Amino acid sequence: MVDDKLIEDVVVEMLRKAVTKLPRDIEVALKRAYDSETDEVPRTQLRTILDNIELAEKGVTPICQDTGVQIFFVRPGTVKTGDLAEAIGRGVARATKEVPLRPNTVHPITRANHKDNRGERMPYINYIPSKEPYLELTVMPKGAGSENMSALAMLNPSQGVKGIKRFALDTLVAAGSKPCPPIIIGMGIGGSADIALHMAKESLLRPVDQRHHEPEVAKLEKELFDALNGIGIGPMGLGGRNTLLGLSIEYAHCHTASLPVAINIQCWAARRATARIHPDGRVEYPSHEGVR
Amino acid sequence: MAEVHLSIPLTEGAVRGLKLGDTVFLTGTFVTARDEAHIHALDALKTGHPVPFEFKDSAVFHCGPIAREVSKGKWEIVAAGPTTSTRMNSLEPDFLRKFHPRAIIGKGGMSKPTVDAMKEVGAVYLAITGGAAVVAAKGIKEVKAVHWLEELGMPEALWVLEGKDFGPMTVAIDAHGNSMFDRVDAQVKENVGRIKKQLGIE
Repeated sequence: MVDDKLIEDVVVEMLRKAVTKLPRDIEVALKRAYDSETDEVPRTQLRTILDNIELAEKGVTPICQDTGVQIFFVRPGTVKTGDLAEAIGRGVARATKEVPLRPNTVHPITRANHKDNRGERMPYINYIPSKEPYLELTVMPKGAGSENMSALAMLNPSQGVKGIKRFALDTLVAAGSKPCPPIIIGMGIGGSADIALHMAKESLLRPVDQRHHEPEVAKLEKELFDALNGIGIGPMGLGGRNTLLGLSIEYAHCHTASLPVAINIQCWAARRATARIHPDGRVEYPSHEGVR
Repeated sequence: MAEVHLSIPLTEGAVRGLKLGDTVFLTGTFVTARDEAHIHALDALKTGHPVPFEFKDSAVFHCGPIAREVSKGKWEIVAAGPTTSTRMNSLEPDFLRKFHPRAIIGKGGMSKPTVDAMKEVGAVYLAITGGAAVVAAKGIKEVKAVHWLEELGMPEALWVLEGKDFGPMTVAIDAHGNSMFDRVDAQVKENVGRIKKQLGIE
């Protein structure tokens, strides 16, 4: 049994890690992008981004003022817990004060703000069945600039892979400078409308240097990344060689009469953190191993 | 492309002299305003209510900061990067003509009516790196006041800030009708054709 207070404390700590320290794969990708730019304008943008990451880490200060809405992915494993959702909610409220996080969560109609990032169905929790002997929590604080550029297409199956590629290109061009490039494109292909959107977001949890385990999907990821990265939008939309840091695809089988495709975009500040809580109370943060 | 350090109040001459791609640092008093603060200020003016900040010759920063109240009524800025400026596209031309700020600070650029209004009144758009909220906060020395905090909440309130070499910012729309984003858009349109061929989807 893992008690609620430990879960609450871990949620505060993982949110602090998530919003102040980027996972290593993202920082490596940003450094590579900086090295490959030759013009002054994109170099200034990427230099500022790298300076900012360093300052945020040193000062344990949020990288970006938009600390997002808090989206959790929970793999309960074989571990017994109490009121998990309530404990996560309390952790988010405490983190809002202690880290601090910006109180972003509002009622969608009245726009009323509880000021602690809690609200109806928020923080949002996705439960993923798992069999490991530990409880695993992943949080993705998701900013609005990139989230507002999400898109869904219910393609005709006859549009096929060409339709998928066209939709990715159109979505990238429409997003332009708005989602804070260089961005990561998360794609969900198949399933149903909601499954596709869910997979698009989940694909953003994968490190940017890790391709899909199936060669066919990995090939499509690479082909799309190489082509779309040459679009010229550049860091912060001011032009340059680097528009993407990564492109990930997840897929699910779908109805023979459907081809849903969804895109979820992640800004360069691709914040995520994972914590593993063992029944004996040990806690590990695998997303931040080797991070200062 | 020059590096320029400017002081607020900004003069029309200094602003008209800026060129696309110049790097700018600002020192002086400026203010944050997002969607709600733009609407609130324009409404106040229309209904004869007082507007608590003199925007003229200052800079308006599209930003909803994370601020911490260190003691009663005394705030400090923790993180303060820009928000997406296009959300203010429908409000900014009117705002520029009524309040005459000399600079809009944000990310992502703004549409043609704002570019035109900037040319008319003598103002520029300064792009500051999105997400780089700690670098931006480093250039903010003091929160001088906060207005409309109760009505609008922390992100949407009007935060009056004292900047010291606040930047770096890039002149992305000048006071002569030129926009770096238009140039990038034209380049992107050209690239789309090539990418379609590359992906076999012409």
